[in-house]
Amino acid sequence: MIDGFLALYIFMLAAFTGKEIISRVPVILHTPLMSGSNFVHGIVLVGAMIALAHADTPLAKFIGFLGVALGAGNAAGGYVVTERMLEMFKSSKDKHD
Amino acid sequence: MDTQTAWVWLAKASYFLAAVMFILGIKRMSSPVTARKGIVQAGIGMVIATLATFAITGGHNLWLIVGGILVGVVPTWLWGRRVAMTDMPQMVALFNGMGGGSAAAIGAGELLKYAQPGAPVLPAATLALAVLGALIGSVSMTGSIIAWAKLDGRMDKRFTFSGQQFVNFAVLAAAALAGLALVLWRLDSSLVVVFFVLALAFGVLMTLPIGGADMPVVISLYNALTGLAVAFEGYVMQNEALIIAGTVVGAAGTFLTQLMAKAMNRPLSNVLFSNFGGGGAGAGEIAGSQKPIEASDAASLLYMAEKVIIVPGYGMAVAQAQHKIWELSQLLIKSGKDVKFAIHPVAGRMPGHMNVLLAEAGVPYDLIADMDDINPEFKTCDVAIVIGANDVVNPAAKTDKSSPIFGMPILDVVDARQVIIIKRGKGTGFAGIENALFYADNARLLYADGKEAANRLIGELKAIEGGGHG
Repeated sequence: MIDGFLALYIFMLAAFTGKEIISRVPVILHTPLMSGSNFVHGIVLVGAMIALAHADTPLAKFIGFLGVALGAGNAAGGYVVTERMLEMFKSSKDKHD
Repeated sequence: MDTQTAWVWLAKASYFLAAVMFILGIKRMSSPVTARKGIVQAGIGMVIATLATFAITGGHNLWLIVGGILVGVVPTWLWGRRVAMTDMPQMVALFNGMGGGSAAAIGAGELLKYAQPGAPVLPAATLALAVLGALIGSVSMTGSIIAWAKLDGRMDKRFTFSGQQFVNFAVLAAAALAGLALVLWRLDSSLVVVFFVLALAFGVLMTLPIGGADMPVVISLYNALTGLAVAFEGYVMQNEALIIAGTVVGAAGTFLTQLMAKAMNRPLSNVLFSNFGGGGAGAGEIAGSQKPIEASDAASLLYMAEKVIIVPGYGMAVAQAQHKIWELSQLLIKSGKDVKFAIHPVAGRMPGHMNVLLAEAGVPYDLIADMDDINPEFKTCDVAIVIGANDVVNPAAKTDKSSPIFGMPILDVVDARQVIIIKRGKGTGFAGIENALFYADNARLLYADGKEAANRLIGELKAIEGGGHG
């Protein structure tokens, strides 16, 4: 069990980390970055998997299944579009290689 | 340590590793040089966390879990692979909606489980986080779906009725009351259902009146909200990976939303609670006339220019003209001209969207300049080409207090010696506002489809250069 105040500290530190790592991002990468952070919250899949593993009634199984499918879609789709966007970023120096 | 404990330890260690990889991955995405490595690293983190989770589920409902993952991964992967770059914003909205839905589903499952008779009683704090995460996740899901439908052209831009603000507020208040009742009064399954119906409805109602021009900010906001919902459900599930990744995304997303709202000079409260992006009201009549130019004359201007700045907007992408524009730019660069691309922070449908579209066409990112860097350069620029951009170059944002876009930072294209505006017809921009730039003395309009115009300019320029040398 994560203790109340410890949880609050984790929340605060993670929030500052999130703001810090994004504050150095140039405008040209904003869209891929939004897409990339969208991918990262696809981690919800892990929570949904655990919830589904503990499900015993048909209704709970159905809701759990929905959660897993949606979470997996968030992760997979988010990854694919972010990777496709970033693949295209090239410097003019790269061209002379 | 028995086997089960060992597996749990392994899973927790993997979550720790994944959290580190997510944070480093997002950080690497902050530079164009390392960005690609960043997303791959975050991807590996996700795979590690997912595999580790199998270790602690102990094989319960294993095939349901595997099936759910396949149902989620296969279609989104295939769809994501072939979707056009212009459609990226709505895809991000859709995938974000899925994440919100998943968080809401976790919340629903937990609330219904503990609502069963004889179930253990959850601490109020945990219950409150489950309810809050479910509320935010539900709003993010249905809101994102509406955002997707709007940007994908499946729904009219706006939907308003009188008293809408009041109805929206009432639905939100009812959802909050239902949530509060679940925490403080009684955890009851039918009340859980009522709570979810209200939360899901609020997401729809909240997004319906928001115009297309504001949609990037809204998608970014929903992205942050999903992160927060994931973090809250992470506390309920006692899962560190969800807590860290969700909180980081929630904070980063909130910051990004603020940056966007600032770039558009639209306080977030205005985006959410007032109507914009539809009506052309406010802006007065503009004196003067729009002066047309032929492609051959425009090409001569370019031929004589030393410094050319190209200002692309979403219209260029819709016309699929970015490849031709880059071909034209290469031609100009080859004859020794200084060519740059000027990007407004909200060009395209999301900040940075235009950069992605230009990158797709092969434009190197070091030729692309941000608004603040390029604005002083317009004064020394011989020809500025505006293609498919409108509101972001409208000087009314600086001069006309009655204009709905007054105060929004713009590209100072009007300072260039000559401005060539490539435009299909005389219509107004996305926000439906007349553009004073089009009536300026140094502005000439080349009426054509973006791709067609670029093609003609390339042809004329080649003809002039051929004649000059031969």
